[in-house]
Amino acid sequence: MIAELLWQPFVDYGFMRRALAGCLALSAGAAPLGTILLLRRMSLVGDAMSHAILPGAALGYLLFGLSLPAMTIGGLAAGLIVAMLSGVVTRYTALREDASFAGFYLISLALGVLLISLRGSNVDLLHVLFGSVLALDDPTLYLTATIASLSMLGLALVYRPLLMECLDPGFLRLQGPMGSISHALFMLLLVLNLVGGFHSLGTLMAVALVVLPAASARFWLRGVGLQMALSTAIAMAGSLLGLLLSYHAGIAASAAITLSLGCLYLLSLCLGRLGSVRAQRQRPANDSVSEPMGVSE
Amino acid sequence: MMQSVSGLAAAAVHGIDFELSNLCLGYGGKLALRGVSGQFAAGSMTAIVGPNGGGKSTLLKGLLGQLAPMQGSLRCRYPRAALGYLAQACEVERDFPISVEDFVSMGLWAQTGALGAVSDAQRAQISMALATVGLQGWQPRWIAELSGGQFQRMRFARLWVQNPPVILLDEPFTGVDEPSIDVLLQLLQQWHTRGRTVLAVLHDREMVEAFFPQALALAGTQLAWGASADVLPSLAARAGARRRA
Repeated sequence: MIAELLWQPFVDYGFMRRALAGCLALSAGAAPLGTILLLRRMSLVGDAMSHAILPGAALGYLLFGLSLPAMTIGGLAAGLIVAMLSGVVTRYTALREDASFAGFYLISLALGVLLISLRGSNVDLLHVLFGSVLALDDPTLYLTATIASLSMLGLALVYRPLLMECLDPGFLRLQGPMGSISHALFMLLLVLNLVGGFHSLGTLMAVALVVLPAASARFWLRGVGLQMALSTAIAMAGSLLGLLLSYHAGIAASAAITLSLGCLYLLSLCLGRLGSVRAQRQRPANDSVSEPMGVSE
Repeated sequence: MMQSVSGLAAAAVHGIDFELSNLCLGYGGKLALRGVSGQFAAGSMTAIVGPNGGGKSTLLKGLLGQLAPMQGSLRCRYPRAALGYLAQACEVERDFPISVEDFVSMGLWAQTGALGAVSDAQRAQISMALATVGLQGWQPRWIAELSGGQFQRMRFARLWVQNPPVILLDEPFTGVDEPSIDVLLQLLQQWHTRGRTVLAVLHDREMVEAFFPQALALAGTQLAWGASADVLPSLAARAGARRRA
């Protein structure tokens, strides 16, 4: 009976299998990036980037309708422009990285909504904001899988310099440009994953797969590689749970997935081994090593 | 401007690592340090002293190539990537989930690059470096478990593994416990006797007198440069109130 509840939707319906495949691919690509994002105390930047994609995707939509390549390229371009502008502002003005991102993403978001409302109906706006994970076609799936593969490969290539850059930026800066290169590549991968995610989960919730599993994993394991592996597993479990919830309860899929991830996060926050509510109560209060540094940085 | 006898001898044998001529450095068009002229001989061991805001860290940044000279010139014998540098500890993320061994292995970057594995021989090197600073057997521990002094020892171990010809240290002993300071001073001496060039920004006058043959006093400009015994009194005379025990 239980097994039937778990398998049946995927056995019976192709769209559920596609949704699951898409979500698993997204999890593999996006979740490890979240670990880095948390270590860099940049989780809100992930949020900002996911909103920044909107005007590009909207422009693609405005010019070419609901076209996958147009919206993807548009979103990618918009995300990279915002990342670059924020980088420039951070480097050459007194504004810190989070604030400069906040400035640009709010402008982006408003611009995106404006562009869509110029032509589209509310249904289109909903599609872009909340995705359509239950209606993934072949090209979208291929795109998602490609992005996931590129993302894992890219992350493996810059893993060491990226960690060094997080840990001790000054040290790597002296040894050449590899730190900046790895940071730039990381931002590129982040934007790629958010663009890949917005077709299925929508721009508002694509970032959930990046931030929530990584924040959950942080409460269970210490090492960076382990955290990445666990956050991928959590992202996959949350996606599966969300899809089943959406199917059986008949609720919006991307919201169900995000809420499932949210539940796993809250569970980890309360019960995790490291720095969770439970762990803090069992330890003396002066343990500054494992203070929770979840999404609230 | 003249180096001490031992400095000259070293220079004659090994040459000059840094040559500064009326060097002026600053940030955003504002001068922080002006008119520094002289040479750091290869194998010399120099303390950079002076009041806070006197341009000591600025000079290090200039030597490292992070600040371009606003006036004057600066020549360095080595490519900048070959220099060893220990920044002030506060720039490092102490909570980062990384083991002591992985941290020290960062010093091997020039050999491993982004993708190369750390070989057994290199692991042995790391183990030796940790033993040298009194942290033998700490490889698998998290860096967050280290005390302030131990953390600084670990950073010295990374420098040891990196094995650069020139070592620049920015206030390496601030907030470090006495036993650690003793160990690390010994390590500095060892580097000095092996012909490495050592430059350290320091506040402790007695330490400079005891361990550093050369000193450079800065207070927005160059006060004195030469043997420590000559430089320290001139600094004391100029800014006596600044002296620290």
